[in-house]
Amino acid sequence: MASNDFIQKLWELGPTLAEHTPHGKKLGIKFVAVDKGRATMSLPYNPGLIGDPDTRVLHGGAVTTLLDQACGLAAIAGFDEPSACATLNLSIDYMRAAKPGETIIAQAHCYKTTKHVAFLRAVAHDGDESDPVAMAQATFMATGLRPKDAKAW
Amino acid sequence: MVGHDKILQELARIPYAETLGLKPLFIGEEFTLVMPYVESNIGNPTLPALHGGSISGLMEMAAIIQLLINQNAERPLPKPIGINVDYLRKGHPKDTYARAAIFKQGSRVANVRVQAWQDDYDKPIAAMQGHYLMSKTD
Repeated sequence: MASNDFIQKLWELGPTLAEHTPHGKKLGIKFVAVDKGRATMSLPYNPGLIGDPDTRVLHGGAVTTLLDQACGLAAIAGFDEPSACATLNLSIDYMRAAKPGETIIAQAHCYKTTKHVAFLRAVAHDGDESDPVAMAQATFMATGLRPKDAKAW
Repeated sequence: MVGHDKILQELARIPYAETLGLKPLFIGEEFTLVMPYVESNIGNPTLPALHGGSISGLMEMAAIIQLLINQNAERPLPKPIGINVDYLRKGHPKDTYARAAIFKQGSRVANVRVQAWQDDYDKPIAAMQGHYLMSKTD
């Protein structure tokens, strides 16, 4: 598939990939942008994701999920051909607590792909990229397309 | 050591645990966190497979609860410094379990390892290693 057509298709499918997976929908993850090897998603503050009721700070797992989802789309956008991608490893540093009430933004970059493996870095912040909430390093595996998914392309 | 009833109360106060539908299970002194299957924890509906984030959320919660069990007070909650999750097998749409072991408990930092499985404990679907910052409680 030509590169421009592929990115165009990702813009069409991005919202579905981000927001319409049952767990993405449950958390309220939103698609923001996609480009070759790059993806941005957001997670508006949601009281249902609080991990510490005393501080009202979101649970680390919610931030992990957002980073995983953004990395997944960046991995798909990093390969030359459309393929589903599965997480192999996700390593996350939590630099500070997310501010209660603030939307979290995750920006993922796929900096290298081999035939089947994508290598990614991602940052999660609440407005200022230079003051990250968390940073991730991840590897994903291209698992091909099921006939049902292939139709979407 | 914090009693089981206090742990149950503490878990019930955490909205994210309810969002994932987590249920604690005590067998003697051994603690297992259960994530009964619900459709809202699915990440890929065509396979179908659980979301990596819901599996990680289960394991991160299991680590925090295990640290609470082993510390002297149920609050404040330990804070994550960093985690590393390996996804080993597909998460099928069925009940998932996680059990945490504290590898090292320092005065400020604890190292925890967590395993998540479905049908067979010896066939884990994911494994996690994490560092947590402990609050001084005594």
